[in-house]
Amino acid sequence: MADTLWIGTRKGLFSLRSDRARRRWKLGGPQLLGHIIHHVVQDSREPRVLLLAVRTGHLGPTVMRSVDRGRSWCEAAAPPAFRKAGAGAEARAVQRVFWLSAGHRSESGTWYAGSSPAGLFRSTDGGERWEPVAGFNDHPMRPQWAAQATPDGEFLHSILIDPRDPQHLYIAISIGGVFESTDAGANWTPLNEGCAADFLPDPAVPFGHDPHCVVQHPLMPDRLYQQNHCGIYRLDRPGRRWQRIGKAMPRKVGDVGFPIVLHPTDPDRVWVLPMDGRTVWPRTSIDGRPAVYLTADAGESWRRLDRGLPRSQAWFTVLRQAMCTDRHSRPGVYFGTTAGELWASTNGGESWRCIVRHLPEIYSVTHAA
Amino acid sequence: MPCTVRIASPLRSYTAGAGTVTARGRTLAEVLGSLEERCPGIRFRMIDEQDRIRPHLRLFVNSSEARELTAKVADGDTVHVVCALSGG
Repeated sequence: MADTLWIGTRKGLFSLRSDRARRRWKLGGPQLLGHIIHHVVQDSREPRVLLLAVRTGHLGPTVMRSVDRGRSWCEAAAPPAFRKAGAGAEARAVQRVFWLSAGHRSESGTWYAGSSPAGLFRSTDGGERWEPVAGFNDHPMRPQWAAQATPDGEFLHSILIDPRDPQHLYIAISIGGVFESTDAGANWTPLNEGCAADFLPDPAVPFGHDPHCVVQHPLMPDRLYQQNHCGIYRLDRPGRRWQRIGKAMPRKVGDVGFPIVLHPTDPDRVWVLPMDGRTVWPRTSIDGRPAVYLTADAGESWRRLDRGLPRSQAWFTVLRQAMCTDRHSRPGVYFGTTAGELWASTNGGESWRCIVRHLPEIYSVTHAA
Repeated sequence: MPCTVRIASPLRSYTAGAGTVTARGRTLAEVLGSLEERCPGIRFRMIDEQDRIRPHLRLFVNSSEARELTAKVADGDTVHVVCALSGG
């Protein structure tokens, strides 16, 4: 089985295609040179279909769609947009489409998109026409839930669809928290108990947290993991209280980071890539020595994996969409850096090698079958 | 009323590469609507869903900058779409 990695960057779209052994990788692209690519997602229900979240420095945000495995792209006829504001209402405009998720396997053609400022959008025709999800975008609590905009505006991301139930959704807002819907987005409730929000005066708030990335294991959908601005967490539903599994990380490393990625078949295995959250939050590799950490016991313990990674003076950052796994029995793990490097491990993170250098700043790395 | 619209290079994927196209309308809103009919998708890249001109884009009617879509356009005018961005 050959593998493809789609790489969204600040300056365009690239691809990497492997041989069967994942030893040789061939770089393709750039496509859409000069476009800012926030996310690239393959439709697991229809693998020839891919969607791109895209904008440029000058122009407004949009979504592009491929029906030929990324050989050609067409723009959505009606990209995600808030509804026109009435008199006196907040006039929001999508600044960037930040996140894309394919819908439930029983809902062919359904996709979700998350935006900045925080908005949720749905398409039921394969990404051609998008409608706002009013249950979230017009929720009376939304101005409070997404009130603490980061400098680029708050981001809605990690749109998770329960594989057992298309009505059951999770979303995350950075900054805002994790929210759950059991009626396909008509109503939402915060789901942040147990998460720290140590940047707020009251750390026990029901929302206002900063989840960086939330994942749900497809084979154990009641198992959620979260890499938060304030630690690494696990939640086993129907429980509602997140457990800070990052406390088991080495104290000198801490448990701050952006991405968190799942093993394709083992719900107890998760990889993270910590960044420096000390003092002024440089958000680089800690001490210039990047390392991936793996738990094989759902967060009870963590192991450092840095063989092959730079030993010193490597000061990159790995953003939340820029790390992924493939679907091999011994999965490959991949991450792209803000310095335009793509690092790969084909043995579950035990050893690493850089397979591409000199790309633009990498925003997104996703695996395609 | 016909007018000429000069298209900035980042938008020419919508005009089949043309730097100049013809549109019709008595206001900028009507001209952009006419342009959208000919070049689907181009308007939203310039104008947001609240009918505001996007931050890194400037529109001129002849030599006067238009800050609202209610700006008047006359027969034979030229609408300039100018992209303004700095940084790497």
